[in-house]
Amino acid sequence: MTSAPEPPSPVTSITGPTRVGGSGADAFDPEHLLSMRGIAKNFGAVQALRNVDIDIPVGEVTALIGDNGAGKSTLIKAISGIWAPSAGQIFWKGKEVHIHTPRTATDLGIATVYQDLALCDNLDIVQNMYLGMEETRFGLLDEIKMELATLKTLSDLSVTTVKSVRQLVGSLSGGQRQAVAVARAVMRESEMVILDEPTAALGVSQTAQVLELIRTLAAKGIAVIVISHNLTDVFSVADRIAVMHLGTMVSHGPIANYDTASAVELITTGESSRVPSTLSPAQ
Amino acid sequence: MSTPHTEVESLATPEDEVSTNLVAQLKRVWQGDSGLLPILFGLAALVIFFEVRSSVFLSPENITNLFVQSTIFVLLGMAEIWLLLLGDIDLSLGYATGLGGAVAVILVSSNYRWPWYLALPLALVVTTACSALSAFIIIRFRLPSFIVTLAMFLGLEGVLLYVINAQGTGGSVSVQDNVLYNLVNGNLTPFATWTFVIIVAALLSVMMLRADGARRRSGLDGRPLWITVSKIVMLGVAGLLLILVFNANRSSFAHVVGMPFAIPIDLFVLAAGTFILTKTKAGRYIYAIGGNTEAARRAGVNVNRYRLLAFMFSGFTTGIAGLLYVSRLGGISTGIEGGTYVLYAVAAAVIGGASLYGGRGKMIHAVLGGLVIGTIANGMSLLNMNAATQYIATAFVLLAAVIVDSLARRGNTSAG
Ligand SMILES: Nc1ncnc2c1ncn2[C@@H]1O[C@H](COP(=O)(O)OP(=O)(O)OP(=O)(O)O)[C@@H](O)[C@H]1O
Ligand SMILES: [Mg+2]
Repeated sequence: MTSAPEPPSPVTSITGPTRVGGSGADAFDPEHLLSMRGIAKNFGAVQALRNVDIDIPVGEVTALIGDNGAGKSTLIKAISGIWAPSAGQIFWKGKEVHIHTPRTATDLGIATVYQDLALCDNLDIVQNMYLGMEETRFGLLDEIKMELATLKTLSDLSVTTVKSVRQLVGSLSGGQRQAVAVARAVMRESEMVILDEPTAALGVSQTAQVLELIRTLAAKGIAVIVISHNLTDVFSVADRIAVMHLGTMVSHGPIANYDTASAVELITTGESSRVPSTLSPAQ
Repeated sequence: MSTPHTEVESLATPEDEVSTNLVAQLKRVWQGDSGLLPILFGLAALVIFFEVRSSVFLSPENITNLFVQSTIFVLLGMAEIWLLLLGDIDLSLGYATGLGGAVAVILVSSNYRWPWYLALPLALVVTTACSALSAFIIIRFRLPSFIVTLAMFLGLEGVLLYVINAQGTGGSVSVQDNVLYNLVNGNLTPFATWTFVIIVAALLSVMMLRADGARRRSGLDGRPLWITVSKIVMLGVAGLLLILVFNANRSSFAHVVGMPFAIPIDLFVLAAGTFILTKTKAGRYIYAIGGNTEAARRAGVNVNRYRLLAFMFSGFTTGIAGLLYVSRLGGISTGIEGGTYVLYAVAAAVIGGASLYGGRGKMIHAVLGGLVIGTIANGMSLLNMNAATQYIATAFVLLAAVIVDSLARRGNTSAG
C-alpha cells in the first residue's frame, strides 16, 4: 500500500533558546519524540481536525491552546488511541505508528489525563490509579503493593487532602478527582504525559502544585503536552506553544515568540500580526 | 502535611473533627465493607416476625427446609449479579436454568442413560453457551441486554418445551439418577457437618486475620482488631447454630440429620464468585465496566472480553441452579415458571444490596437477598397466607430495596 514510512522532516526549525527547566539539551533536536503529519479527523460532516502538523520534543512542556471546539481534545485523543485519525501519519521516535487502542498508547509510553478524567466512581483511589495495570502476585491482585505505591505517589505530588486512599472516587471533590487523575498518569513510567485542562477544576494552591508537577515531569525528560485555557498558567509553565483554531494548527513555536496579546489574537482569530506564522497557513 | 496551604481542598468539616473515632468506625461498619448490616437486620426482623406468629418457624425441620427452598433464589441471584455489576441484565436466566436442568434429567433418563458425570457437566456447558450467545449478540450488534435477553427468554422457553415434549413422557421427565437426586435431597453425616462448618469458619477467620496482619506489617492502617474479632465471633456463633439446626432430627418417621448438600454447593459458588470478583483482574474490570465503561476502555481494558466472561460466569451459575432445581423437584416439567424465577433472581440481588445501575454489589448480597425471599415465601405459607399476599409482600420488600439503592447512589455521588 503506502511506501515505507520515512521519518518526518521537521515542520519548522526550532530556533530560539529553549527555556531553562527543560532537559537542558541543545536547542535543535530533530529526534522529536512524537510527530504528527497531515492529521485530519471527521465526525460525519464535522471536520474537527484539518491537516494538523506538530512536533513534540522531549523534556519540554508544549502548551496546546485554542478556543472551545478548536479541536484540542480531538487531537490528543488521536495520540492516546481513543480514535484513529481519518487521515495523516503519527511518528513515535521517528517511526510511523498506528495508535488504534489506548493500550497501544500506554505501551508506547503515552499517559493521558482526559478532560472528563475517566475515573470509575465506584472504585476507590488505589483501584482507579491502577486500573488496567494492576500489580499481581501469583496471578492475584496485590492490594498492599498498589496501596503503598499510591500513597507514595500521592505524597510525592503533595496531595495531602484525601483522607484515605481506600475512599471511593465518587466521594471526592473535583480537585481531588483531578489530583487522582494526574497522579494516575504520572505513576506509570511514561515518556509522554498529556494533560487535558488539568487545572480547570483546581483551587489556587492545587493549581500551583500541578504546574510545579508539570515542570518536574519535564525536568525528568518527559515530554508533556498541556491543554489549558488559562494563559497565565500557560506562560508560567510552557516551553512551547501550539495554537489551534477551527481544527487547524495556526501557529506553534517556542514560548519566547509569543506574549499574552498575540496568543489571544491567535486563539480568537487564527492569525496575529505580531507573530510571524510559523506554519504555512491552511489555504 | 506541614504546608498549611494544602488544606484548602480538604474534605474535613468541623463535624468530622468533633466526631470521635468510634463514631467514624461505626459509620464505616454500617456503610463500608460490612454494608451487610441493614439486610442482616431486615432478615432478623423477618425471622422474629414469623417466629412470633408461628411456633414451627424456627424448628430445625423448617429452617433446613427454608435453606433448601431458598437455594434457587440464592443461586439465580448470584448468576444475575454478574450482569447487574456490568450494568446489564439477563431476563432469560429462568428458562436457561430450566433448560440446564432438563438437559441433565433427560440425559440420565432411560431414554439416553448417560452417566451423571457426563450429563451434569454438559448441562453446565449448555447454560454457559446460552449466556455466551446472548453476550455475543449484545456485543456484536451493540444492543441493550434487556432486549436481547428478552428474546432469549422467549426462545429458551420454546426450546425447553420442545425438548421436554420430545421425550414422549407427557410434559415432564423425572430424575432417574441417584447423584442428581441427592444434590439437594442428600445430607452430610452429622460428623461431616461438624467438620465442614469448622473448616469453613476456621478458614475464613484465618484469612481475615492474615489479611489484617499483612496490612499492618506493611504499615497500612488496618481494620480495627475489634471489628475482625467480632466478625469471627459472629461467624462462630452462626456456624454453631447451623450445626445444631442441621444435626437435629427433622423427621418424625425416620432419622434425618445432617447438612443438605445444597448448602456446601451454595457456599462453593459464593466463594468462587467472591474470589473472582475481589482477587482477580477480571473481577476488578467487571466493576470498572459497570462503573464507567469508557474509563475502563481508556485504561486499556478489553471491555468486550470481560463482558463476555461475566455472562459466561453467570451462565455457569445458572446451570448449577438448574441442577439443584430439578433435584429438588424430582424432575422437570413444561410448567416451569421461568419468568417468575428470573424476576426473583433480580429481586434477590437487589434486595441483598446490589445496584441496578451497575458497578456495585457482591455475591453475598444475592445469598442474603435470596434468603429474604425464601423466608417470606416460607413464613407466609406457614401462616397459611395465600400466594397473592406473598407476591405483594415480596413486591414491597423489592421496592424498599430499590429505593434504598437509589438513595445510596445519590449519597455516593453528591459529595463532590
Ligand atoms: N465524538 C464527537 N462527535 C462529533 N463531533 C465531535 C466529537 N468530538 C468532538 N467533536 C467536535 O469536534 C470539534 C472539536 O472538539 P474538541 O473537543 O476537540 O474541542 P476542544 O478544542 O477540546 O474544546 P474545549 O476547549 O471546549 O475542550 C467540536 O466542533 C466538536 O463539536
Ligand atoms: Mg477539550
